[in-house]
Amino acid sequence: MRAVWIPLSFLGPAFVLLTVWMIYPAIRTILRSLWNNQGDKFVWFQNYSTMFSDSVIHTAIKNNIIWIAVGPLSVTLFGLVLAVLTERIAWASFFKIVLFMPLAVSLFAVGVIWRIMYQQNPDQGAVNAGLNTIHNVFKTPGVLPRAAPSSPAVTDKFVFTKQLSPGGTASLGLTGISPQDVPSGAAQAEQPKSKPGAITGVVWRDFKPGGGKPGVVEQGELGVPGVTVALLQNGKSTNTAKTDSHGAFTFDGVSGSGYQVKIAPATFAQPWQGVQWLGPSLITPAMIIAFLWTAVGFAMVVIGAGLSAIPRDVLEAARTDGASEFQVFKRVTVPLLMPVLTVVFVTQMIGVLKIFDIIYATAPGSVTNDATTLAFEMWRRSFLGENAFGIGAAIASFLMLLFVPFLIYQVRSQRKNA
Amino acid sequence: MSKRGWFVLTAIALGLSLVAAGCGGSKKSSGGGGTTAAPQVKGTISMVAVWTGAEGAAIQAVLNGFKAKNPGVTIKYKSAKDPGQVITTAVQGGNPPDIAALPSPGLMKGFVSQGALKPIDFAKSDISANFSADWLKFGTVNGKLYGLFFKGANKSTVWYNVHAFKDAGVTPPKEWSELLGDAKTISASGTPAYSIGGADGWTLTDLFENIYLRKAGAAKYDQLSDHKIPWTDPSVKDALKEMGQVLSDSKNINGGSSGALQTNFPDSVTAVFTNPPKAAMIFEGDFVPGVVAGQSKAKPVTDYNVFPFPAVDGKGGDFVVGGGDVIVMFKDNPATQALVKYLATPEAASIWAKRGGFSSPNKNVDPSVYPDAITRTTATALAKATTFRFDMSDLAPAKFGGDAEFTDLQNFLKNPSDVNGAAAKLEKDAKAAYKAGG
Repeated sequence: MRAVWIPLSFLGPAFVLLTVWMIYPAIRTILRSLWNNQGDKFVWFQNYSTMFSDSVIHTAIKNNIIWIAVGPLSVTLFGLVLAVLTERIAWASFFKIVLFMPLAVSLFAVGVIWRIMYQQNPDQGAVNAGLNTIHNVFKTPGVLPRAAPSSPAVTDKFVFTKQLSPGGTASLGLTGISPQDVPSGAAQAEQPKSKPGAITGVVWRDFKPGGGKPGVVEQGELGVPGVTVALLQNGKSTNTAKTDSHGAFTFDGVSGSGYQVKIAPATFAQPWQGVQWLGPSLITPAMIIAFLWTAVGFAMVVIGAGLSAIPRDVLEAARTDGASEFQVFKRVTVPLLMPVLTVVFVTQMIGVLKIFDIIYATAPGSVTNDATTLAFEMWRRSFLGENAFGIGAAIASFLMLLFVPFLIYQVRSQRKNA
Repeated sequence: MSKRGWFVLTAIALGLSLVAAGCGGSKKSSGGGGTTAAPQVKGTISMVAVWTGAEGAAIQAVLNGFKAKNPGVTIKYKSAKDPGQVITTAVQGGNPPDIAALPSPGLMKGFVSQGALKPIDFAKSDISANFSADWLKFGTVNGKLYGLFFKGANKSTVWYNVHAFKDAGVTPPKEWSELLGDAKTISASGTPAYSIGGADGWTLTDLFENIYLRKAGAAKYDQLSDHKIPWTDPSVKDALKEMGQVLSDSKNINGGSSGALQTNFPDSVTAVFTNPPKAAMIFEGDFVPGVVAGQSKAKPVTDYNVFPFPAVDGKGGDFVVGGGDVIVMFKDNPATQALVKYLATPEAASIWAKRGGFSSPNKNVDPSVYPDAITRTTATALAKATTFRFDMSDLAPAKFGGDAEFTDLQNFLKNPSDVNGAAAKLEKDAKAAYKAGG
């Protein structure tokens, strides 16, 4: 009597909880997947055929494959490298804590953090801000990036279209300069006056409230000072000049003909637009990076624990036999660590297969269809407006099927250890 | 029994009680008050709606007004971030709330077709006395009244940065072509004219609907809402072309069109409500200022202001596309009936209107109760609209109006010259969704 009671009393609660919250829902989900979306008609495998002919679900499967192929392997590799490195440096526990810390953040919060860091505008997104600093070393953005020619008299490369000869004038009107962007010290623009033996002109903000007349210098329109203007003869630059506070410039001592005037393009160089991390093509790699940020710390700690369990004398013996550090790592450390590495790899595999939170939090609405995975699609079909519970259950059942190999492996390796 | 035996029994009992808690849920029925003729009712009413925070406090104030009249009633109000999802799950589990406010009439139709809702025809006379015929029509499914529109939304508004308009020397336009011209002037002044929250697809559907209602007219709008005409209809293409005039002006959109696709709605509002502005105007509904409330220093009227969505081809300057939260009833008893009747009164609506952030579709609400000039403008426009139409994407099956249409219009934002391609894709997705979810 007593022999039966004891195991039952220990198993009972777990059994009840598992039945109610795991086994029953799983069976119910599989059955649900054979009924239509409203749940009032038995449709056999129709949900599965709908599911496998849906292009968004194809993307989800493709993304799941990318996640599985890249995620667990990178986590394990980075974890291994970091574990080996942190073992050999001073302040090891400090670095371990820093690397481990992201794991304390929920995956949803990780998604939110990285969504903000991935903003395309370098003024907003930390990642692009960093890249922008590097970029600006090589290419400085212009002071008036949004400026555009105000009339067809100036081409979109900022060349005055009229051919000039000595005594000629050029009016280079610009729009798209906000009042805040007009360089300080700018004064009323002046219509250039013809000067013998010289080419004169003006660069000005060709705009006053209401628009004004394009191409005509009017009262209330400011000159743009400090702009470099180039004089071209037959397409070749011969001289440059800077505009004064009225936007005026002069090229003296000009003879011959066939001159053109051009504003140096550097003034209008577009600032770097930033990498579109959250765009359709980079979204999955971007999210995998965010995932690595949290998962690598965990892998490092687990592998580090395995590392410290390796008997030192084996390593010493290898070294004494003349093995190089890399050979020791490759031939001794890694093989001895294999069981730990496999555990990390398989746990990450399962974690990646059910990835949901990061996608929910990171992907903007416009790229949801490019970023989706099976777990996300299961939730989206079931609950997000469509209420397609049949399809949702079918995706869930398919996902369950994908988990089976890993579960079998887990159970087997546990038995082996026991 | 031995000590151990007791322990085991307790453990099992504990497990079972957990199970019971998990499966059972609350099956409290609201008690029906004595006679139906008595004005006072008793009982417990559970209610679910999206309103939380300040809005949650406001609905509580409205419900307190009901409790003051019926002290025997207890109302258990619960807010849900996504009432559609929560209630769908509750209905599937056989345990819906007594009363709910749904964010779209499409959801209401869905619950009617599942047989989950109770008709509210008993309140028909109260509702028709206080609401225009359009609202009654939208609450009706298959000849029976199921929904009472308590909170309205005016989505036919354009918000602008007053300084940006002043710098450019333009005034709020009354006509679409005027708006496009003003946008060019604003661009020349150095500020991008448009801010578009393209990462949230619904901002694009709202823009399309406003243009379509004006350009094609209400009759076509209804036909397209019911998918009686295809999305490849010339009227749709004409409206898409008008919309394309904005979307293709990429240099004039804050961040360009690719930037707009990654800008979510709150950020698109902030762009207009900062100084110096990153963009001059944004097409969206009366809820825009609420998005930046407490974060933006911009002041109404002096820093930002609103104008009605302009007429297109001279038509529809006073048409309104909008939305509304619809009160529905899952359980029919004297207490829930009394609450529905109460929520139809101007008195109930005024309680919230006074607190701000609320437009009532109830035509008998006195405009003077609204706390500020801007709310009064948008709420009065909603009440006085010569034609009101519900947001088309809310009327469509959710698979289209809450999903595929977003993606299709986002693709159109990427490639605004391909009107035919966009129309064909919309039609393909609409066809599939209306066939499946009707």
